[in-house]
Amino acid sequence: MNLKLKIWRQKDAKDAGRMVDYNISDVSPDMSFLEMLDVLNEDLNNKGEDPVAFDHDCREGICGMCSLHINGEPHGPDRGITTCQLHMRKFKDGDTIYIEPFRAKAFPVIKDLVVNRSAFDRIQQAGGFISVNTSGNTQDANAIPIQKHNADLAFDAATCIGCGACVASCKNASAMLFVSAKVSQFALLPQGRIEATERVLNMVKKMDEEGFGNCTNTGACEVECPKGISLENIARMNREYLFASLK
Amino acid sequence: MAKSALLKSSLGKKYWMALTGLFLCLFLVGHLLGNLQLLSGSKDAALHFNQYALFMTSNPAVKILSYLTYFSILFHAVDGIVLTVQNRKARPKGYVKNNPSANTIWASRNMAVLGTLILVFIVTHMVNFWAKMHFDEKMPLQTVTINAGGTDMEFYLTTNGDYLPKSRVDQNVIEIKNRTEFYDAAAGVKINEGYKDLYKITVAFFKNPDYGLIASILYALAMVVLGFHLYHGFGSAFQSMGVNSPKHSPFIRNFGKAFSIVVPLLFAIIPLYIHFILKV
Ligand code: HEM
Ligand code: SF4
Ligand code: FES
Repeated sequence: MNLKLKIWRQKDAKDAGRMVDYNISDVSPDMSFLEMLDVLNEDLNNKGEDPVAFDHDCREGICGMCSLHINGEPHGPDRGITTCQLHMRKFKDGDTIYIEPFRAKAFPVIKDLVVNRSAFDRIQQAGGFISVNTSGNTQDANAIPIQKHNADLAFDAATCIGCGACVASCKNASAMLFVSAKVSQFALLPQGRIEATERVLNMVKKMDEEGFGNCTNTGACEVECPKGISLENIARMNREYLFASLK
Repeated sequence: MAKSALLKSSLGKKYWMALTGLFLCLFLVGHLLGNLQLLSGSKDAALHFNQYALFMTSNPAVKILSYLTYFSILFHAVDGIVLTVQNRKARPKGYVKNNPSANTIWASRNMAVLGTLILVFIVTHMVNFWAKMHFDEKMPLQTVTINAGGTDMEFYLTTNGDYLPKSRVDQNVIEIKNRTEFYDAAAGVKINEGYKDLYKITVAFFKNPDYGLIASILYALAMVVLGFHLYHGFGSAFQSMGVNSPKHSPFIRNFGKAFSIVVPLLFAIIPLYIHFILKV
């Protein structure tokens, strides 16, 4: 198929940036979206032009590195997948595709479609961990009984890959779905309860400091999240935070 | 840290939004139940409505609730605007192509606009009715006309159920002080008290030949706006307070949707009924 691409080009963090039109032909419907961009870049390379910078790593939906706002939605129009799992068969011959970077004050553009998502790392560092000694006498995990229901919920929360699509889709650029997944995966387990109070206070504080917006419960994040992280996690974080701040 | 977290943090602000919003939903129910008396066809409709209005402006428990309501509206509006400004700043540069209807409902994206329109409505509404009831020196007192022996006579209705001939006031035998109190002019003692005729003011307002039609329509439109605000807001408030589970959420969401349709609809029927149907 032949496609018309409108891609955000921006030299560096300081450049104003603009949308640039590209035509691409002979795209196979079996290509992934990123492979289509690879073909475009090969073309640009051959012509001596600067290739389009975009993030990617595993290309199988597990690392959370790929991003892109495609035709008005993060990770494109499909549900429950990352951009690297999006296939060109989702588009029709002659389509125009808008490709933009994730937009948020806390995710500044580095170049073209690449944004700096290290704000997520700093939120993690503020409390997204448990402190255990690795001195050799660590307790066997199987010795701690955990309800199946809670184990499942904690596991669901832990499947968040930190891609940032929740922020990108939210009209307030709120990071609540990500932070709530990280809070929940520990809050649901006895190992995580020990530091639960400081964790939720510190992670939310960091989230606010990084300049993410406030949640208005529109639910865009839940729809766009490639891992199906549920809004129930946000409600759980709201409960955790409420009780933590009353302590 | 904990104390300031409940005021200044993103989540703290959301708790206040939710609490004040839900309190205002309770207020709406109370206000609606009072207003619905305007639909009663009974010949005592005016008296009952005015008695209710008197109760609402004098009962000490109601006073506390009404101050809580004023506070909630102010706090909810200010907090809502602060949140909205912060949210705008969190995405200084928007998308060239955005498709928000793919993942959100319209009402949820427009809470601030809807809320601001509600605020404009609340202010005009309070100027039209609340301010008259509380401060207007020319607020009329309720009278009834009784045909006695072939001649029509006008009487003031009093709070203890008496009828006070209007002619006595016109002849200055009885004086009206403090807007509602009847005084014996000669002795200077209070003898009775009348009802502020909020019923008459309300009916006259929506039946006004110049602006009654437009006022009724604008009132109904404001209720549509309120309906959209609550369609998202009601369920959203529970999520903000941390109430969301597969067990309760479907009920809360459906109740909220029903609430957001039924309550504004019943409010909107009242001015339309007064304008188009009520005979005076
Ligand atoms: C009778 C009047 C009102 C009622 C019953 C009401 C109710 C609600 C409820 C229940 C919520 C959801 C809270 C949450 O998501 O946690 C809400 C949100 C909101 N309201 Fe109101 N509201 C009213 C008037 C107003 C007014 C006058 C404004 C003025 C600007 C306003 C602005 C907002 C905004 C901006 C939100 C979204 C806030 C957020 O989710 O962060 N509302 N309202
Ligand atoms: S919650 Fe979902 S959308 Fe947000 S970072 Fe995690 S995986 Fe990505
Ligand atoms: S490249 Fe790893 S998730 Fe897409």
